[in-house]
Amino acid sequence: MLLITCPWCGPRSEPEFSYAGEPVMRPGPAEAVSDQSWADYLYMRRNDKGPHQENWCHAGGCGQWFMLERDTVTHANLRTQAPA
Amino acid sequence: MTARRLAEGGCIDRSRRLAFTWDGAALAGFAGDTLASALLASGVRVVGRSFKYHRPRGLWGAWTEEPNAIVDVALGETQEPDARATTVALRAGMVVRGVNARPNVARDVYGALDLAQRFLPAGFYYKTFMPDWHRYEPRIRAMAGLGRVEAAPDRRHYAARSAHCDVLVVGAGPAGLAAARAAAAAGASVILADDRPAPGGTLGWQAASIDGQPAAAWAAAAVPQGVRLLRHTTVFGAYDHNAFGLLERREDAPAGWAAERLWHVRAGAAVLATGAIERPLVFPGNDRPGVMSADAVLHYLRVHAVLAGESAVVLTNNDSAYAAAIALRRAGASVLLADLRPAPPIAAAAEEAGVRVLAGSVVLNTIGRDGLRMVDLGPSDATSPRQATLRVAADLLAVSGGWSPSVHLHSQAGGKLRWDAAAAAFLPAAARPGQHLAGSITGAADLATCLAQGHAAGLAAAGRAAAIAPPHTAPAVAATPLRPYWRVPIRRARQWVDFQNDVTAKDIVLAARENYRSVEHLKRYTTLGMATDQGKTSNVNGLAILAETTGREIAAVGTTTFRPPYTPVTFGAIAGLRHGSLYAPWRRLPADAEHVARGAEMREYGGWFRPACYPRAGESAAQAIRREAAAVRAGVGLFDASSLGKVVVDGPDAAAFLNIAFYNEVANLKPGRIRYALILRETGIVYDDGVVTRLAPKRYLLSPSSSHTSGVVAMLEAWRQTECPGMRVAIHDTTAAAATFAVAGPRAHEVLAGLTTIDLAALPHMTYAEGTICGVPGRIARVSFTGERSYEVSLPAGYAAALWRALLAAGAPHGISPYGVETSSLLRAEKGYILIGVDTDGMTLPDDLGMSGPLRAKTVDFVGKRSLLMPEALRPDRRQFVGLLPDDPATPPHVGAHAVARTAQGMRSLGWVTSAFFSPALGRSIALGMIERGRALIAAGAEVELYHLGQMTRARVVSPVFFDPAGERLHG
Repeated sequence: MLLITCPWCGPRSEPEFSYAGEPVMRPGPAEAVSDQSWADYLYMRRNDKGPHQENWCHAGGCGQWFMLERDTVTHANLRTQAPA
Repeated sequence: MTARRLAEGGCIDRSRRLAFTWDGAALAGFAGDTLASALLASGVRVVGRSFKYHRPRGLWGAWTEEPNAIVDVALGETQEPDARATTVALRAGMVVRGVNARPNVARDVYGALDLAQRFLPAGFYYKTFMPDWHRYEPRIRAMAGLGRVEAAPDRRHYAARSAHCDVLVVGAGPAGLAAARAAAAAGASVILADDRPAPGGTLGWQAASIDGQPAAAWAAAAVPQGVRLLRHTTVFGAYDHNAFGLLERREDAPAGWAAERLWHVRAGAAVLATGAIERPLVFPGNDRPGVMSADAVLHYLRVHAVLAGESAVVLTNNDSAYAAAIALRRAGASVLLADLRPAPPIAAAAEEAGVRVLAGSVVLNTIGRDGLRMVDLGPSDATSPRQATLRVAADLLAVSGGWSPSVHLHSQAGGKLRWDAAAAAFLPAAARPGQHLAGSITGAADLATCLAQGHAAGLAAAGRAAAIAPPHTAPAVAATPLRPYWRVPIRRARQWVDFQNDVTAKDIVLAARENYRSVEHLKRYTTLGMATDQGKTSNVNGLAILAETTGREIAAVGTTTFRPPYTPVTFGAIAGLRHGSLYAPWRRLPADAEHVARGAEMREYGGWFRPACYPRAGESAAQAIRREAAAVRAGVGLFDASSLGKVVVDGPDAAAFLNIAFYNEVANLKPGRIRYALILRETGIVYDDGVVTRLAPKRYLLSPSSSHTSGVVAMLEAWRQTECPGMRVAIHDTTAAAATFAVAGPRAHEVLAGLTTIDLAALPHMTYAEGTICGVPGRIARVSFTGERSYEVSLPAGYAAALWRALLAAGAPHGISPYGVETSSLLRAEKGYILIGVDTDGMTLPDDLGMSGPLRAKTVDFVGKRSLLMPEALRPDRRQFVGLLPDDPATPPHVGAHAVARTAQGMRSLGWVTSAFFSPALGRSIALGMIERGRALIAAGAEVELYHLGQMTRARVVSPVFFDPAGERLHG
């Protein structure tokens, strides 16, 4: 059970958060995107071993989305960042 | 000659006699006894039968390490199967039964299995009964297994708590007490958790003096004010970032209060002072009742005043068992101590106390049918039972094979272990970040070191200095090193490694010979270290024998992974209050009481508790649904639609934002107008549908389906924050704020006309207006899910019951009939309106539903758009939404029946039936389905065969709009 520092609310326990995977740039406009790069956007993830960026939402708290950088080996939380 | 209670001493209250029964026999103990100490004091030697061979087993330990004394305990209305007799406090009236035996553990008919032991090696069941295991399983299972679970519901209460602290100290032995004391003095908030009834740990039975007081007295006073002491509380799991799971047992909880509490504790720092567990030695016949842990023997003597035997043999490879030997002698037993080491200096002190010491000796065999009677001793380098030099009568054999630190929590938290040859134990390689180690877990063997480590760890965990001196005790005399000794090298003898799972040294050697060399494979093949004790006593001996057999170092063999829980946790505690009606509490409609009072059949729909229909006296649900449907078609009906979502989207960019979020064009919607729209995932799959109302130029109201509202809100929020952060828009879920009732049917407007200031004549289909209803400001939307002229009337939720009654009263002259969700589902099926998740699934695209317009017309790059242009989305043979008219007009097909095509290979599925009803309006059966190339089949007027559980029926593929295809009634 991770301890996650919400950029707005401070350190909170994992059950308050929902996880949404790696941040992925949405390609567009639709007509200019190849089938391959759209499929990559939908389904392909880096799944890095080590430092790893993830989108989380403090769903049970302030409801805000933010980026968490986490080490997937040690589970150390490296930093969190609110959207620009 | 057996165990007996001493006339004085111990921490028991001899004035409080507690009667209990053991396998039907009436016995008694005293307050302060555990079940185990009461059984021991009553002379009970066989407390269980071994798992595989049904051998008689006695007590080995005195606490959580106990592998044998697994019993079923009933007290009043509560039942606890598979309790560990060593940790259950004795209470008057307990009914205790042994397990895994028939008729009881003293005389077990399956004991004959032991005679067949040479035919039951490791892997026996697998080698013998596969691949036809299912044929033999019932009879094998009947012989195996432990406690009996009662079918009656668990009557105990459970609760959960969360807590934070600066420092969590696990274990209230000497090291833990010193740590808690120091951390508290340094100003930290401290939780001190220990699984025993009182703090002190080993100080309860090991004689020592701390700060000039007897150790037990020091322990009783050592917990300072302000430390939160959790007694009877096991820290069973260590999780990420110093999160810990704790199970608190409250045996004295009053009736109706929680018997167990599950704690989630998040600690700034943790001190693991979890102690160590004494290991058995592996020698022939070492599982005979009467063979006990030396530390447990001392525990029973000092804490419970039970002398475990009159004629004791002590076998040890280290100094720690001498205390037990001397204590037994002083309590009046005759004691012979066999030490595996050649000339231990500590022997002199024992001999002075009257203990006969045989240095350089080992036990070569034990004798006794249902309990120990004699012990054969011989030189410690013996390789044959014939080398026995001495046979002594004995009713107790106290054994110490050294100590295994309780590294479980350290290891669960990701800590590494290293093999320490001097301690002959796996020790933590280094403390995890935020964790500190103190006491026997570090391999420390003497009290002075444990106290000093605890003090230092407490200060380090608090992160501050404190003006407090460490507890003082006399430094220990230098100990003679332990002699590692893993088994007697006699090949044929049965030497037990894992008592709970009946694994012998021979089984491990066999497994190694069959190439199960990895410790994880060894565990799974032999079951070494499995079951409720998880190898607390057996692990290291097993690994050492594997190492020896495969010619490797123990460090190279390694250990299996430690996983939570440290000791078993009841399901009741894990579930806590989350069961029954609290498991997933239903959402109730604001007019809930009105429906219940009217006799509605209430059912759960996507988390909401809603009326399915309103049966009258003597009417079945099916009859009620038909009657309600007919009433709506012929006159007017009233439906509680309050659970439908009411999501307000506000702001200058609301139109632009929703045009990205929705599949359908919503930006060109005029204020006051309503449009039906789909919302997709990025995969193009239809996620939800509903109507979108433009309340004002910068303000929309969305109506997602009841069970999807929170999901739609979460999705809109995600898009607003991550993909459209520059847009000025806000999203509010106001679902609970209003009650909404649909008045539907050709006479709907007549019911409402007298109740509202809104001009219904100026309110065409798919428009909305605000005004007063029954004098209260509200809104009316003209939308329809039935195909009839229909008005959804909304008022603040507090008016729900009053509005419901007012509408029924106003509708009475028109024969108004309330109708439920099931009736609504039938009426919408007659109109071919989809239900998300019923007619659609995780593969449905908008074009499959016949809605391809927006993809062609909309220029905005909306959610899921690109997916609709993928080759998979453009396949001509996709399943499409159709109506089905069964050949049998009286019988609707089964939902889930497959439409099939016959091919040379057999049948191929073309799709399936998603909804099916008998339609009162059409007087025949109808169905909806998703069928391959469905629209072409409609155009051709084709028939399909429907397959269901071996039965074939036929149906014609038609437009899904069965009733009023021109929609005249909507506008009527």
